Amino acid sequence: MSVAKKFLYVNRKAPYGTIYALESLEVVLIGAAFDQNVSLAFLDDGVFQLAKGQDTKGLGVKNFSPTFRALGDYGVTKLYVEKESLAERGLTEDDLMPVTYEDENDGFAEKPSLIFVDRAELARVMRDQDVVLSF
Amino acid sequence: MTTLHMVNKSPFERNAMKSCLAHALEGDGVILFEDGVYGAVKGSAVTGDIQGKAGAVKVYVLGPDLAARGIADGRLIEGIKVVDYPGFVDLVTSHERTQSWL
Amino acid sequence: MAYTVNGTTVEHDEEGYLTDLNEWNEDIALEIAKAQNLEMNEERWEVVNFLRNYYDEYQVAPAIRVLTKALAKTMGPEKGNNKYLYELFPYGPAKQACMIAGLPKPTGCV
Repeated sequence: MSVAKKFLYVNRKAPYGTIYALESLEVVLIGAAFDQNVSLAFLDDGVFQLAKGQDTKGLGVKNFSPTFRALGDYGVTKLYVEKESLAERGLTEDDLMPVTYEDENDGFAEKPSLIFVDRAELARVMRDQDVVLSF
Repeated sequence: MTTLHMVNKSPFERNAMKSCLAHALEGDGVILFEDGVYGAVKGSAVTGDIQGKAGAVKVYVLGPDLAARGIADGRLIEGIKVVDYPGFVDLVTSHERTQSWL
Repeated sequence: MAYTVNGTTVEHDEEGYLTDLNEWNEDIALEIAKAQNLEMNEERWEVVNFLRNYYDEYQVAPAIRVLTKALAKTMGPEKGNNKYLYELFPYGPAKQACMIAGLPKPTGCV
């Protein structure tokens, strides 16, 4: 029996200019099958991935932002968002889409997945991991 | 429980090194390699970012990447240690985890 | 490679997944099922429709354990389990049912 390790996926890129954001999400979905303790961090331009109202019809590429809302089904319920990164980009918490999960241990109560942390808190979250994967 | 942070992008093109230094904690190491080594040179617009962390964070730079770019050791910010490839591997094994800043 | 339905052809990849999920309709689903040696019945449609709704909402086909959990919640434990789903789709529920639903091959799952 192996003990579940703590994995953190660090997202620092905006969603459509490069493939990093989509690749990260795909790896998270695949990795979630392995029953590890997985969480995500969004900082720097990574916070743009969670922006409300994304519509890629005009680009002809997939809008993958709704998939973040499926992460709860995969047991991924902690999405850390850095407050300073939001502020630097003129964003507030209200500019992000709501992401929630259903807590099986609490009668499927719907709870928020986004956890807003400051830079110092996020640094401690990063140091608390067994594995940090960067995108 | 320290982290080795790895930066391979020029600090003049991206904020990887700046963001890395802002998240590195006391006792962590930072290795600059590939185009990241440009951040190790003194007298630039980003020199202060590294100097601000002096003491708390140990900064390393990969020698072969410096040499390839014509950067002599004398131009490095005080306190930065030059390592070779085996030295890089030693750093990876002497920290609990690595974290890349792409 | 293509399925032919009512005189029109619909492209698919080498495994049988539709190239363009917008071309899907129920007749095509029947054709894909036939190619998989499966006869569509109420139970199979239930799963296929569930997958389509899930994809519509989240832009991703659910992994098998997500599918079983979600089915258990909405349709009860007698349907939300591996045995039931493998009986309906012997070559892998997520994979085979996704193919019939016109969805892309699920990311890293059976």
